[in-house]
Amino acid sequence: MPLRLLKYGLSKDYPVTGDIPATPDLKPSYDVVIVGGGGHGLACAHYLSKYHGITNVAVLEKGYLAGGNTARNTTTIRSNYITKEGIAFYKEGVQLYEEMSEELDFNVMFSQRGQLTLAHTEATLRSFHLRAEMGKHAGTNIEVVDAQAVKELSPHLNMDEGGPLEIIGGLWHSDGGTARHDAVAWGYAAQASRRGVEIHQRTEVEGFDIEAGNITKVRTNRGTISAGQVMIAVGGMNYDMTLKAGVELPIRCFPLQAMVTQPLKPWLHTLVSSVSLHTYLVQSSRGEIVIGGGSDPYQLYSTRSTLDMKEHLAEGATHLFPFLHGVRLLRQWAGITDMTPDYSPIMGASPLKNLWLDCGWGTWGFKATPVAGKYMAQTIANQKVAPVLEPFTMERFASFDLLNEMGATAASH
Amino acid sequence: MKILTCPMNGPRNITEFQSFGPLKADPDPETTSDQDWARHLFRANNTRGVITEWWRHVPSNYFFLAERNATTNEVIRTFDPSELEAAQ
Repeated sequence: MPLRLLKYGLSKDYPVTGDIPATPDLKPSYDVVIVGGGGHGLACAHYLSKYHGITNVAVLEKGYLAGGNTARNTTTIRSNYITKEGIAFYKEGVQLYEEMSEELDFNVMFSQRGQLTLAHTEATLRSFHLRAEMGKHAGTNIEVVDAQAVKELSPHLNMDEGGPLEIIGGLWHSDGGTARHDAVAWGYAAQASRRGVEIHQRTEVEGFDIEAGNITKVRTNRGTISAGQVMIAVGGMNYDMTLKAGVELPIRCFPLQAMVTQPLKPWLHTLVSSVSLHTYLVQSSRGEIVIGGGSDPYQLYSTRSTLDMKEHLAEGATHLFPFLHGVRLLRQWAGITDMTPDYSPIMGASPLKNLWLDCGWGTWGFKATPVAGKYMAQTIANQKVAPVLEPFTMERFASFDLLNEMGATAASH
Repeated sequence: MKILTCPMNGPRNITEFQSFGPLKADPDPETTSDQDWARHLFRANNTRGVITEWWRHVPSNYFFLAERNATTNEVIRTFDPSELEAAQ
């Protein structure tokens, strides 16, 4: 348990302290400039400052801290992937979440309650067997379970026996969980800023000056700064931002929509998702049922919510849990996801010598926040791509070494 | 519910359509380098402005093109692929 939280709980006057200092003036030069003040950028700043002794770091954020996809995702943490490269990477991501509250001395409310993915067809069940065997081989906790076990894990589920969407089994991933997204970002930001990392909110990167294959200057709306190394981790804006440095990524942007209901007493004790219904549900620590995740089926740079997606998500949710039909919705929102052709991220080197990419996180970025931060920091500190990140290079598309993770989620892709 | 105007079937419900992504120039498989071929497969126009893209009206299996603003979602026009050939 974080000691700071215990002290706070025992204090008489509950002192209010700011976790993140006010935005300072920009210095003329930084060893590392991180573009993007979301979870990934802040995690990288934390690992750079704590484990690599690099503290002359600026994190530049166009809006407010962690207000992009870090705030918009549905906080699923899991490692039920299918490629050996993917499983190895995300497995460590889950392990880092297990230790995160201690690491950051900040309660990130990690709740490892397990994820249950439902199979309504034999074909889905067959794919689950492959996924489970790959996972077990790599040492994750994952197994195929029958309908009876599904019923025991989530007794409120409508099994639809004899119906078109009968639940015939499931994939039980007991490592899966959820955490509080704001706490993750603020925990990293607080740690990094305590070690001297500067966090510049409302600082928009307008362009890069490039000389001989190196970024020399970063131009922002608050002035121009020199940079030793640069990392780009700006979620849905990655395509535009890397283009400013002359790097075109194989990314297409789609909005992903989600919504939450009014708070209810705790009843949904696992994460539940259905690939056939493109719907997943999790109960937040406030009691709201978070319902995701519908990708709009065409390219778009808009974060508007749509009625058709609301209907689609509500249909899936009320099919699985019919008693939700009378529950009211509180909010619906969208985030812009930067989708890669193989549904795996693009991390590591770029065509520019001192530009490092942490991009292509599509609909799967939150769970990788700590592990991407850890290895991107190692990459930047050594100026050599960490071995675990090598398969995720942008060059894999030129050599056809794709990491196909399509179908790893219940989001509609 | 949104409506898309199909050049063959007229205005129809958006759920009857499927997006096939931005229009790309077809490379010549005999002469294209591996790198250009990979580029053709994996890169697509992801601009915030107007994109020309393939759509299919699913019930009639009719493929056509649309010009759509990728930020405002405004459809500027839809047209039959024969217009492309005529323009070449």
